[in-house]
Amino acid sequence: MRNLWFSAVAVVVAALVFAAARLIGNPYVYFAGYVVLQYVVLATAWNILGGYTGYVNFGTAAFFALGAYATVVLHKIAPATPLPAMMLVGGVLSALTGLGMGYLTLRLRGTFFSIATLAMAVVVQTLVTNWNFVGGSRGAYIIRPSHAPLFSGDYTQYLFLVMLGLCVVAIGIARAIEKSRLGFGFAAIRDDEHAAEASGVPTLRLKLIATALSGGLMGMAGAPLPYYVTYLDPASGFNLSYAVNTIAMPLIGGTSTWAGPLIGAVLLGTLQQVATVTISSALSLLIVGVLLVIFVIAAPRGIVGWFRR
Amino acid sequence: MDLSFDLLGNAIVSGLLLGGFYAAVTIGVSISFGMLDVVNIAHPAFIVLGSYIAYMANAQLGIDPILASIVVMPAFYLLGVVIYHIYDVSFERRGDASIRGLAFFFGILFISEVALVLIFGVDYRLVSAPYIGPSLHLGVVELPLRLLVPCLVALLMTALLQVYMSRTFIGRAIQAVAQDPLALRLMAADPTRIKRIAFGLSIATASVAGAILIVIQPVEPSIARDYIGRIFAICVMGGLGSFSGTVVAAMTLGIVESLTSTFYGPSWSPAVAFGFLLVTLAVRPAGLFGRI
Amino acid sequence: MTEPLLQVKGLGKRFGGFVALSEVDLTVNNGERVGLIGPNGSGKSTFVNCLCGSLRNDQGDVTFAGHRMNGLSAHQRIRRGIARSFQLPRPFGTMTLAENVLIPILYAAESKHHIGSTRARGRCLDLLQMVGLHAKADAKPAELTQIEMRKLELARALASEPRLLIADEAMAGLTHREVDDILALLMTLNSQGVTIIMIEHIMRAVLSFSQRLVVLVAGRKIADGAPEDVIRQPDVVAAYLGS
Repeated sequence: MRNLWFSAVAVVVAALVFAAARLIGNPYVYFAGYVVLQYVVLATAWNILGGYTGYVNFGTAAFFALGAYATVVLHKIAPATPLPAMMLVGGVLSALTGLGMGYLTLRLRGTFFSIATLAMAVVVQTLVTNWNFVGGSRGAYIIRPSHAPLFSGDYTQYLFLVMLGLCVVAIGIARAIEKSRLGFGFAAIRDDEHAAEASGVPTLRLKLIATALSGGLMGMAGAPLPYYVTYLDPASGFNLSYAVNTIAMPLIGGTSTWAGPLIGAVLLGTLQQVATVTISSALSLLIVGVLLVIFVIAAPRGIVGWFRR
Repeated sequence: MDLSFDLLGNAIVSGLLLGGFYAAVTIGVSISFGMLDVVNIAHPAFIVLGSYIAYMANAQLGIDPILASIVVMPAFYLLGVVIYHIYDVSFERRGDASIRGLAFFFGILFISEVALVLIFGVDYRLVSAPYIGPSLHLGVVELPLRLLVPCLVALLMTALLQVYMSRTFIGRAIQAVAQDPLALRLMAADPTRIKRIAFGLSIATASVAGAILIVIQPVEPSIARDYIGRIFAICVMGGLGSFSGTVVAAMTLGIVESLTSTFYGPSWSPAVAFGFLLVTLAVRPAGLFGRI
Repeated sequence: MTEPLLQVKGLGKRFGGFVALSEVDLTVNNGERVGLIGPNGSGKSTFVNCLCGSLRNDQGDVTFAGHRMNGLSAHQRIRRGIARSFQLPRPFGTMTLAENVLIPILYAAESKHHIGSTRARGRCLDLLQMVGLHAKADAKPAELTQIEMRKLELARALASEPRLLIADEAMAGLTHREVDDILALLMTLNSQGVTIIMIEHIMRAVLSFSQRLVVLVAGRKIADGAPEDVIRQPDVVAAYLGS
C-alpha cells in the first residue's frame, strides 16, 4: 500500500518535472537534463548492489555500454524497434552479464568481485573495439528521428521523457527493496556475510539478484545513449567518468537509502553540467574525484547522514 | 614451419622478458594487497606517475629514466606512508575498509589520471636511453635490450625485496603482519607502524616500475587502468604475497600474452589478462576463502 | 527407541596437510544437553563449522532429523533446524536489535511456517524479552555491553526456531553472575524442547549444564559419557593437565 502511494507521488513529481521543462522550452534543458536523469538511474542502480549489499562495482561503464551497443546492433538490424523495447533488450543483456560475472566471482571475498568488474570494463571495451559490425574503434553513427513519437516535440524531449520514466522505475525498485525481506537480506550481507548465512540468508542467490538487477538497470540507462549522442565510439561509451560518477554520487549522497543516490546524482550531475560549460569537462571530472575522496574520508554517511541520527 | 618455430621461440622469450617487467609492476601490490590486505587499486596510477617523473627527468635533464626513478624512490616511499596514514585513520580504524576504502583508492586512481591529462594532455610520451633500440642476438632468438634491461632491473628489485623481507627485523615483522597480527604483538612491534613502512615500500617500487614501463612502451595517462586486471591476476595467482609466486605468475602471463599478441594481434592482449584473472578466481577460491 | 536428532559418523576434515578432525562420531538425542570440551586447537570450532555447513567436511556423514546434511550450505541447515551462536558475537552492525533478530525470522523461521510482517515484529520483541533486551529493541549493537552482545547472539540463534542450538563459547569473558544468567537462559530453552550442544571452557558451567560430556583432543573424540565419569578418565586428565 505504501509502495503504491510512493509510486503515485513519484509519477506526479516526474510529470511536474516534464511540465516544467516544457514550460521553460529551452532545448538545452532537455539536453542537460537527460544526462542528469541518466546519472540518477545509474547511481540508483549502483547503490542496489553497492550500498545495500556492500559489493563495489567498478564496471558501470561496461554494463552501461553493453546497453548502448545493444541499441547500435538493433538499430542496424531492426531499426523500427521502439526505444523502450531496445532498452529492455539492453537491460536483459547487461543483467545476464552481471549474473555470469557474479556467478564466477561472488563466492569470493567482495574485493575480488570489485577487481573483476574493473578488469571486465577493460575487456568488454577490447571486444567492442575489435568488433567491426558496431564500428570498432572508429565508432558508429546513428540517425535519430527528428520528432518525438506520441506527442509533438523534438526527439530529445522524447529521450528526456523516457529517461524520466526509467528514473521512476529505478527509484521505485530501490525503495521497494529497502523495506522488504530482500532488503533486510541485502543489509545482512553487507553487515556480516558469514552471520547472514548462519541466519538463513541464501547469500549467493541474493548477491546474484542484486548484481543482475543493478546491471540490468545500468544497461537500460545506456540503451538510449546512441540516439542521444548520434555518434558512439568505444572511448565515449566506456568512459571512466561513468564509473567514477556512479560511485561518487551514492557515496556523496548517502548509500543507506534510495534518496542518497538521487540527491548525489542531481547535485553532482547539475554541478558537472554547469562546470563543463563554464570551466572545462576535465576539470569538472577532477572536482568529482576530489569530492569523492573528501566525502569518503570526512562524511562516511553522505549528505543524507547529515539529516539523520 | 621453420619460420613459425622462430616466431614461437621469439614470442616465448619476449614473453619471459615481459613477465619480468610484470613482476616489477605487481610486486608492490603483492605487498599491499597480498600481505597487508589493503586493496590498493590505485597502484597502477602510482606506476604511471613514476613513468611521468622518469619522462620529465629524461626529457628536461637528460637523466637515464631508471636511474631517475631510483633517485625519487624515497619520495614515493613518503607518499606511500602519508597515504597509508590517511587510509588507516579514515577507514581501517573505523572498521569501514571495504566500500569506502575501495572508493578512496578508486578516487585517487581517477584524480591522478585526470590530473595527468590536465598537465600533460593525452599524447603518448616516451623516453630515450642507450638501451632503447639495439638488440642482442642468440641464434634466431632476438633479445631487445629495451625489454632485457627492464627485466633484469625488475628481477634485481624483487630479489632485494626478498632479502629484505627474510633477513631484517622489519621485513620479518611485515611477513608476520601478513600471517598473524597477534604474533606481531608478541614481537613487541606496533602493527600500524609496520604496515605503514610496508605500504611505503610498496609505493616506492611503483617508481621503478613506472620508469621501466615507459622504457618498454610509450605512456599516456589512462594506461594505468589496463594494468589493473594484469596486476591483480598475477598477485592472486602468485599466491597473495609470495614474491617467487609473483615472478612465476608474471612470467606465465607474459608468455601467454606474448603468444596471443604474436598469433592473434596485440589488440586482444587485455582480454588475456582478464581471462587469466577469472580462471584464477574460479580455480583457486579455496585458498582465498579461508581468510576472514 | 526413537531416532536420534543428530548423528555424526566418521567426520574428517583436513587443512592442507593438517588433520583438524578425524573419524569423529557423535549421536545426540532429542532434548539432550551435551557439553563439548577440549584444549585450544583440538578441533571444536572446526567441528561446529562442519555441523553448521560453514565448512565442508572431507569425510563422514552428518544426519539431522533423519536427513543427510552433506552438501547443504549453512543457510539451508539453519532452515532445517541447526542454529549456532558465534564464539565472537557477530551482530549486524547497522541494524537495530529488533532488526538483528528479524533476519533469521524472515529467512529461517519463515521458511518453516508463515509468520507475516506484523507478527514478525511481535516475535522480535518476544525474543528480546526472553533474553532481557526488550528495552533496547531500537538500539544499535555498538551500544551493548559484552553480556548483552552474547544475549543478542543467542536471541538471533533462537529466532530461527531451531531444534538444535550449538552455543559456541557463549560465556567466555563473562563474570560469575553473568555466566549463571546465560546458564539459566539455556536451561529454560532446553526445558522448552531445544536440544543444546554447549562448547565451553568454563568447566563449572559445562559440568552443571551437561547431561553428557564429549571430549575432543587433536581432532579425535577421546571420551563420551556421563560428566562425572569422563572427567576422571586418565587420558582426559592428561590432555588437560599435560598441555
